[in-house]
Amino acid sequence: MVDRIGHAGTLSSAILFLFRQRWRTAINRFSEAMTIFAVMCAGIFPGIHVGRIWVIYFVFPIPNQMSVWPNFRSPLLWDVFAVSTYFTVSVLFWYMGLIPDLATFRDRATTKVREFVLSVFALGWRGSARHWQNYERAYLILAAISTPLVLSVHSIVSFDFAVSKVPGWHTTIFPPYFVAGAVFSGFALVETLLLIARQVFGLHKVVRMHHLDNMNKFMLLTGSLVGYAYAMELFIAWYSGNMYERFAFYNRALGEYWWAYWIMVSCNVIAPQLFWFKKIRFNIPIMFIITILINIGMWFERFVIVITLHADFLPSSWGYYRPTWVDIWTYIGTFGLFGTFFLLFLKYLPQLAIAEVKGVMPEANPHFGDDHHGSAVSKTSNSKGH
Amino acid sequence: MEKTISDVKPKVFGVLAQFSSPKDVYHAAEKVRDKGYKKWDVHSPFPIHGIDGAMGLGDSRMGWIALFSAMAGCFGGFGLQYWINMFAQPVVIGGKPLNPYPAFVPVSFEPGILFTAFGCLLGMLALNGLPRLYHALFKSANFKKFSDDGFFISIEARDPRFNLNETRKLLEDIGGRNIEVVED
Repeated sequence: MVDRIGHAGTLSSAILFLFRQRWRTAINRFSEAMTIFAVMCAGIFPGIHVGRIWVIYFVFPIPNQMSVWPNFRSPLLWDVFAVSTYFTVSVLFWYMGLIPDLATFRDRATTKVREFVLSVFALGWRGSARHWQNYERAYLILAAISTPLVLSVHSIVSFDFAVSKVPGWHTTIFPPYFVAGAVFSGFALVETLLLIARQVFGLHKVVRMHHLDNMNKFMLLTGSLVGYAYAMELFIAWYSGNMYERFAFYNRALGEYWWAYWIMVSCNVIAPQLFWFKKIRFNIPIMFIITILINIGMWFERFVIVITLHADFLPSSWGYYRPTWVDIWTYIGTFGLFGTFFLLFLKYLPQLAIAEVKGVMPEANPHFGDDHHGSAVSKTSNSKGH
Repeated sequence: MEKTISDVKPKVFGVLAQFSSPKDVYHAAEKVRDKGYKKWDVHSPFPIHGIDGAMGLGDSRMGWIALFSAMAGCFGGFGLQYWINMFAQPVVIGGKPLNPYPAFVPVSFEPGILFTAFGCLLGMLALNGLPRLYHALFKSANFKKFSDDGFFISIEARDPRFNLNETRKLLEDIGGRNIEVVED
């Protein structure tokens, strides 16, 4: 679960596209790449957890030697479909955005090998207006379906918990709470990576201060939603009058793992509240620290949710979780995997959506520089009638 | 246009002209459209807003492709679950019905999205005739600028109204620069 942290990239990219937020062009390629690599890391863990990786095909509805089919009433199977769909669609969405930019790289390639590889992946793109028309429509539809897809993925992930009858998990607030948390942590991780890249590659003119300001405001909003969800969980635990539910939350906040719970609350609820202040929203070192805190806090959120199991209905399974060296190094290994892919992406692929950045320039408007706006508009509408 | 093999006359693909801004190419496209050309194209580094109107293009058919892929995915996903639970492996668990359709919503929804996404990418490529790694326009060295900051209009020789001299003249008159004849 830990690597669900960076999954909101496609969501932010798609939602901002649908709302015609032009500043999206500064962050979309980054956030989509981050999503894909994070899902790749996350995909490793179910592989480890099933224990017998060679029978992982049981999770897919494939006719097999035992005539056994997967159980479609189980949220775990919904998760298989949700996450694999999410990964595939994120890759398609990302690749589709890359096609025109790969063509740009192809036309500027300096070596034969690069030119050949880029030619193959650019698919012979020649910037045709007839192509752009289909391309733009297809991209719009992809963004429109990606948005409910991401909402559904995080809802279904939360069903893995919420549909089980475990105190502290069996709550209806989980789907919206997971979606808000995903957007929250997604923006935080994008900003962490973007602040570094902005500094290293000098992207100050593309990633402007007001873009960072917008992202900070998003984190303030979604961080407050997450804080509301935490408060509501506690309230419902008390209000339900269910002793098991009450114990689960009492144990979370004040039990053996109190430190994890309060790190989570400090990082996810208190830290982003600093973004109410404009000075902080425009201060790069402080916002960098806050995004790091949010990344830590969102990791602890999953830790706190899962670790509730340390005191369930079977006293034989009670205990205090201490990570083994295998746990720790597996986790660190995912950082390595993510970092490797992300650095390869930065080195070999367009980091920014080149065509989209060009498209939102004032000069890109076919009526740029027309003094009489009214006549220019009527001219367009006339010509459309032909 | 000097030829190395003089006795084989290469076929002309069309005429290519460069324009300096989205605004110029937009107004030039309106004029080409008004001359009645059909087999011609505008090439730009990014989609120019309203250029489909200036070129007189119809609406994109992407929406229909997406709709049919979405329905195929949804009904396929639901049908798979229904068939498995009703016919392939009917197991009564806890006295619950064999067809608990609310539980089938996620795995109907997800394939719907998956198929739509493939429909969008593959449909876009199919409508555009891509991937097509060879194209006559790539022979023009100047054409490489389309992916940087160049705006081009190409008029193909297979257009019934195409006449090498007249078409070249038209492109000159509407402000085209670096006009060249591209061979197929």
